[in-house]
Amino acid sequence: MKDGIRIDGRKPDELRPIKIEAGVLYRADGSCYLEWGGNKIMAAVYGPREAMPRHIQDPTKAIVNARYNMVPFSVEDRKRPGPDRRSVEISKVTSEALEGVIFTELFPRATIDVCIEVLDAEAGTRCAGITAAAVALADAGIPMRDLPVACAAGKVDGTVVLDLTSDEDKEGDADLPIAIAPRTEEILLMQMDGHMTPAEFDEAVELAIKGCREVSKLQREALMNKYKTFEVE
Amino acid sequence: MEIPEVKRVSAVKRDYLARLAKEGKRPDGREPDEYRPIKIEKNILRNAEGSARVRIGNTMVMAGVKADIGEPYPDSPEEGAMSTSAELPPIASPEFESGPPKPDAIELARVVDRGIRESGYIDMSKLCIEPGEKVWIVFIDLHVLDYDGNLFDACSLAASAALQNAVLPYEKFDLGENKPLPVTSPPISCTFVKYEDFIVVDPSLDEEQIAQARFTVALDKEGNIRAIQKGLKGTFTIQEIKNIINRAQIHARNIRKLLEE
Repeated sequence: MKDGIRIDGRKPDELRPIKIEAGVLYRADGSCYLEWGGNKIMAAVYGPREAMPRHIQDPTKAIVNARYNMVPFSVEDRKRPGPDRRSVEISKVTSEALEGVIFTELFPRATIDVCIEVLDAEAGTRCAGITAAAVALADAGIPMRDLPVACAAGKVDGTVVLDLTSDEDKEGDADLPIAIAPRTEEILLMQMDGHMTPAEFDEAVELAIKGCREVSKLQREALMNKYKTFEVE
Repeated sequence: MEIPEVKRVSAVKRDYLARLAKEGKRPDGREPDEYRPIKIEKNILRNAEGSARVRIGNTMVMAGVKADIGEPYPDSPEEGAMSTSAELPPIASPEFESGPPKPDAIELARVVDRGIRESGYIDMSKLCIEPGEKVWIVFIDLHVLDYDGNLFDACSLAASAALQNAVLPYEKFDLGENKPLPVTSPPISCTFVKYEDFIVVDPSLDEEQIAQARFTVALDKEGNIRAIQKGLKGTFTIQEIKNIINRAQIHARNIRKLLEE
């Protein structure tokens, strides 16, 4: 951090470049490819479909089952395939965040499966994953109260900044990923680690919400683009 | 690919494909010797030492190469090692489930591994750092993202493309400058399936679902055979296999051109 400019040249309240594309997979009911800084994420949605085995079914509503997975070559040192404790936790909080906006009561005994594959990672993968999953859910036509969106803020060298890079995450003082329902700005997910004063926390939440609003616009554009380019043969 | 769930094909579809086969036609209008469009994108990931995304029609596979330092095998103290794994994650198909690799994924990884290993695509003798102590271990991970048939060829091609531009990260281990992974010429895999005595290349998912037998052959630059895998319950005659290998020669040459572009 030097003269209010960060190591990658961004201002404190600036996002990394983001690219979102909806409907990129053939087999999935809905899908999204997202690049966010150095993150590359593929998300897909299957369902609503019958939940199997039967004993996991809920007779009153659908289950939302998100699976966050990092591929072995997505990180510096090869990660062994399969879920570790970190990805199990992220899968759980992601499922809960998405369930918050889905009209699950419309699909009793069903499951809505959300697959999030991190192909290349550079800090902020859970926010990128939720953002991609939301677009994939909309692409799959899942009825939702709102289109969830996620973004992180943090603290580096005593300054509150938006959307940390991996160096800032490692060297920084705090990281605060949040997901919101942008229409009402209700919080769907919030995690934090590090050290912030209550005043810094307030500032960080406000900044993260501002980031979410920007990303939300890109999500909507991506969904509209899919249908803009659709031509009848 | 033996996936019990996918195997349940409706009688209507089965009859339809069988009727087309009798007329020598395929469900998507291709000739028996026609691949779907192949698209190869190389070096698209930052954290992988080498990477590639390959599409064959709607099938999409991502391959990533990682290199680590380890001990050589006692019987080859001056040679590096390689390991190939494949994942069929639930993102790629409604029938795939998460969990440890099932027999299909293991067969897939082993067939891809065999083609690369037996063609000597990676020059193992140049992967030695300290004889008997330290060598490079090359990990090839295949991640299927969209499954519409013919994973054998898509994965093999993705692995070859990812290895082609891979870098050995000497700097990461303070061993000097990074070097390109020493490779020779890649194996090219061609897969055929047989249903109703109709033998077609590059099966789509529909065709795989009703296939009685499957045949994969990996050819080197000279057109010599480096690996073979026959799969599924059905049988081939010797003559059929000879024909398949002849047909594969032409496909392998075309695909090799695409890969070297």
